[in-house]
Amino acid sequence: MSLQSQDILRRSASPTQPPIAREHKAEVAKLIDVSTCIGCKACQVACSEWNDLRDEVGNNVGVYDNPADLSAESWTVMRYSETEQNGKLEWLIRKDGCMHCADPGCLKACPSPGAIIQYANGIVDFQSEHCIGCGYCISGCPFNVPRINQKDNKAYKCTLCSDRVSVGQEPACVKTCPTGAIRFGSKEDMKEYAQERVDELKTRGYANAGLYDPQGVGGTHVMYVLHHADQPELYHGLKKDPQISPVVSLWKGILKPLSTIGLAASLLFGFFHYIGVGPNKAEDEEEEDKV
Amino acid sequence: MSKEKLISRYNAAERINHWIVAVCFMLLAISGLAFFYPAFFWLTGVFGTPQLARIIHPFVGVLMFLGFFRQFFRYWHHNLFNKEDIKWMLSVKQVLSGHEVGDTGKYNGGQKGMFWLMSGCLLVLICTGVIIWRPYFAYYFPIDLIRVALLLHAWSALVLIAGIVVHVYAAIWVRGTIRAMVEGVVTHAWAKKHHPRWYREVTGDKNKP
Repeated sequence: MSLQSQDILRRSASPTQPPIAREHKAEVAKLIDVSTCIGCKACQVACSEWNDLRDEVGNNVGVYDNPADLSAESWTVMRYSETEQNGKLEWLIRKDGCMHCADPGCLKACPSPGAIIQYANGIVDFQSEHCIGCGYCISGCPFNVPRINQKDNKAYKCTLCSDRVSVGQEPACVKTCPTGAIRFGSKEDMKEYAQERVDELKTRGYANAGLYDPQGVGGTHVMYVLHHADQPELYHGLKKDPQISPVVSLWKGILKPLSTIGLAASLLFGFFHYIGVGPNKAEDEEEEDKV
Repeated sequence: MSKEKLISRYNAAERINHWIVAVCFMLLAISGLAFFYPAFFWLTGVFGTPQLARIIHPFVGVLMFLGFFRQFFRYWHHNLFNKEDIKWMLSVKQVLSGHEVGDTGKYNGGQKGMFWLMSGCLLVLICTGVIIWRPYFAYYFPIDLIRVALLLHAWSALVLIAGIVVHVYAAIWVRGTIRAMVEGVVTHAWAKKHHPRWYREVTGDKNKP
């Protein structure tokens, strides 16, 4: 048994309440201020270092993005987008990774009890020893974050450094960020700080600056300050209104009670039909036909 | 009992074929329900461990599809609907009380319906199953398609399971039926009562009852 936290809000594929006695914890959040990020990738390095990940070095694909995508051993990557706004070239750099949704699609989709848990502080964490490698979390995620490792067929993603946070430290990426573009604290404090940043950006001509904390997934525990909050798509396709796919909601929602009723009805019908009507024998009529 | 008069209904190859498909179905239904219902996750134990169940389930699925594929081509021409089947289906209440209706051939309206239902489900299951199959094939498909495939896979599996419940119950309820798929034979009385047209075809009996 691993060290217990007993502050587990939700646990995948578990119909009953997981241990929650120590839930009195403030919701945390990581705030990524895209407007002060310089794209140095120190956060990527810090992530790999703290989490002891050694992804393949890979190749330059012609742009700054390297690694070119998230992987089971690269839990955060910088996404670089060039766009023209107000007649000026803008180079938008977004640190991509798990958003730690309040309503996590991965957890909703996961069929394995306890393979994904959500702590009271809002962190969504994969418990790899319970992962069966089905990839349902990938279909549940509205942000395209989980990746299955080909070495062990387990899904991996950012843990928000749950190990560090649980002992009162900030995530490794936050600790290392040289410009202070990544901050960490209670979600409330981070929203307050974000508002200051948004106000300042507005005075600098970014009229649509704003906080990205999408309510379609109940809000997230990784938030962005965007200069163009009205067009999150500019930031390497960040979704404007991310939601768990309605197809996944159908599959993990109404289909279950419906099929339970259907299966139970067919079994009960068979049982009571037999009790009521009895076996259907042909031999009774055979008597007359006997030669 | 005196000497029974028996008619051959399924030869050994057909019976072996059926039971391969049936065993595959049981394993797949058990492990599939485990993936679908959190409270039944322990049923993954049918393959040893949850991870093994995730690995083995699709391979058994392919085996079941191949087995059923063979069955489909054995039986499809016996399962085309005709007027008598409509009559049977419209009088299903009477049939359920134990009184047969219509001049039924090798299969009655209900069995034919079940045949096409199973065929449809198997087709959906194999197609969607390949799309969601990790780690081998899912990477080749867009995520939106995978989501729809996951939903359809679960839905068609549940329809198939409910169908098989009916299929198995009908075999238990209509006495003498299981013998057809175990020993391969049925009694004359069974054939005359449940499949009169088929009875006349195989015995050469010209008299309509």
